[in-house]
Amino acid sequence: MNVLSIRDARKRFGNVAALNGATFELRHGELLALLGPNGAGKTTLIRAITGRVRLDGGEIRLFDRVLDGRRTAPELGIVPQEIALYPLLTARENLEAFGGLHGLTGKDLAHQVDWALERIGLLDRATDLVKQFSGGMRRRLNIACGVLHRPRVVLLDEPTVGVDPQSRDRIYDMLADLAQSGVSLLLTTHHLEEAEARCSRTVIIDHGKVIAAGTMSELVDQTVGRFRLVTLRLDAPIDGDTAIEITGRNNGSALDGDGRILKARMQDVATELPPLLDDIRTAGRAVDDVDVRGPSLQSVFIHLTGRELRE
Amino acid sequence: MRTLMWVGWTNLRRDRVAQALTFLLPIVFFSIFASVFGGQGDAATARIRIAVVDEDHSEVSARLIEGLTNEKGLRTQTTTDASGKGTVLDRAAAERLVRGGDVPVAVVIPAGLGAAFSANGFAGGGPSVQLLSDVSDRIAPQMVLGLLQKVAMTAAPDLLMQGGMRQFEKYAGAMTPQQKVAVDQWLPRLKAQGHASGTGNSTATGAMPITVDVVDVMRTDNRRGSLISFYAAGIGVMFLLFSSVAGAGGALLDEAETGTLERLLSTNIGMTGVLVGKWILLALIGCLQLTVMFLWGRVAFGLPLFSHLPGFAVMTLFTAAAAAALGLVLASLAKSRAQLSGFSTILILTMSALGGSMFPRFLMSESMQKVGLLTFNAWALDGYLKVFWRQAAIWQLWPQILVLVTLTGVFLSLARLLARRWESA
Repeated sequence: MNVLSIRDARKRFGNVAALNGATFELRHGELLALLGPNGAGKTTLIRAITGRVRLDGGEIRLFDRVLDGRRTAPELGIVPQEIALYPLLTARENLEAFGGLHGLTGKDLAHQVDWALERIGLLDRATDLVKQFSGGMRRRLNIACGVLHRPRVVLLDEPTVGVDPQSRDRIYDMLADLAQSGVSLLLTTHHLEEAEARCSRTVIIDHGKVIAAGTMSELVDQTVGRFRLVTLRLDAPIDGDTAIEITGRNNGSALDGDGRILKARMQDVATELPPLLDDIRTAGRAVDDVDVRGPSLQSVFIHLTGRELRE
Repeated sequence: MRTLMWVGWTNLRRDRVAQALTFLLPIVFFSIFASVFGGQGDAATARIRIAVVDEDHSEVSARLIEGLTNEKGLRTQTTTDASGKGTVLDRAAAERLVRGGDVPVAVVIPAGLGAAFSANGFAGGGPSVQLLSDVSDRIAPQMVLGLLQKVAMTAAPDLLMQGGMRQFEKYAGAMTPQQKVAVDQWLPRLKAQGHASGTGNSTATGAMPITVDVVDVMRTDNRRGSLISFYAAGIGVMFLLFSSVAGAGGALLDEAETGTLERLLSTNIGMTGVLVGKWILLALIGCLQLTVMFLWGRVAFGLPLFSHLPGFAVMTLFTAAAAAALGLVLASLAKSRAQLSGFSTILILTMSALGGSMFPRFLMSESMQKVGLLTFNAWALDGYLKVFWRQAAIWQLWPQILVLVTLTGVFLSLARLLARRWESA
């Protein structure tokens, strides 16, 4: 079931088309990654969903209700990229403030604050001022303030930027718990490996429109295909004629650099790698190292958006 | 070294706020101070408004009033309305004008002055002219006193001479017929000279033909303490503006930069709620700030705070509310904290100088006093002055309250309009 649908979203700022017909859906209880190069339209899209940007065309539906683009729907929870906290308040006071502004009161507010503090691992630091916190602690509290009021849909803008791997794991565990409890989450990130490992689906946006969407395997199928990149490091370079023979027999292979690195694209490693190793042995060379890599989100992303800088 | 100088110069060239603070603000301040203290203003500089009451109705009193009216340094009013309409002023009405702050000085020409003047000439001896004055203005009564003596000497020389002749004949014997004819021929020329010199700038010398009593009509119990209130209000309002702007900057610009504003806007309260909440808090802090200031004035300088508590509370509430609203406008207008800081420093210092926070507005020319009324400070200070100095009832504060409420409404509306930039694109 779709909880959030973006249909043909269009928005221009002067001559720049920030959104140029973006279309995608967020499903119930999923963790969806929204990826794109800088200036692709991610922030404009998030701001349109939160009611900070009015679309020139298209529509955004939340639980089948068209959003008017003027105010934030109460079902939404927002986690901005900035650490949007009051540094001179304690962790508990920040949570109480934002919970109160979202309409939580009394025991319900106290319960939710305790739940959030426990969930982000800051129960023992609840009465410390936020300005004394590390980057990771602030980041976790930043997220907690956005989900405290039990939103059904949470929008997170770069929720793990600038934090250590431990905090990152903690944050994604927390997001996974939320998704499991039925909350739908849409996050933007530049950490492609995180999106690949932690998100159920990925939407890639560029030049204001969605250029690919789906699970990791769907994206791979749509773009780079299911090959493996095999890299062999040899003990010594292979001379010219032998190299031509080997690469000729093994389709899609090539020697790099000084002739000691051999790279090959293989659909089935188990059947294609042994003959290549035999050829190398026959040529009188030994293999020092073997690296086999499957298609990554990085390769999909670069395939779709290119290598040009977008600043 | 050269590189550092180049970097510094380039930064200055590209920072308009720094340029304004470096070059514009000193010029603005120099101009204001030069206009006030250097007589650089227009022809109306230091023209003092006075009320004149004629209880004598003699030729002498008429001549004195004519002389005062012709003085370039004075603007004379003999009726209840400054434009010349209304009823002729009596002593009570003139005193009300002084107590109400409409004029700083009223001249009361008592009955019998003309007769004594004509009879005694330079010998004087008649009833004293009274200067009903508001001593919070320490300059105007002294200036009027000097000008009055000058006018007495020059406006009616023929009458003065007649009085002198009578005194001469009384003590030295009667003049001969030829001498009387000569004096009678001379008197019209003296009278003509008197009319001519009434518009001049010569100063009076020699013995004074009239005596003058300066009467403080404010009749305050604690003159020093009441005057302290003027300075407490002046400084208090200026710093209230600084703290309101700083607070509003923290409330809006910092929140926008850190992202908490975005988060606040995603809650139930919306931008109007955010602004109203910030405004109420800033106004309450402003009330607290002014209260602390006046309490210190009470403790350290004997400022009569508790005897004027209702008026103080009313003025403080409306002043703080307007200052908070102005702070929100400036914070909504500025793009960054640095821009807000620079721009507001220029604006607040200029408003404070023109509005009377740095020196009393009565020192300024009339045109500058009128310009001062465009500032927030002038109305706030007038209100405090009414409360502490003129002992005004709360209802008499209505012009100041009306202006402050209007300013508050305008500022809040403007801030709401400008804050739309944070809401939606």
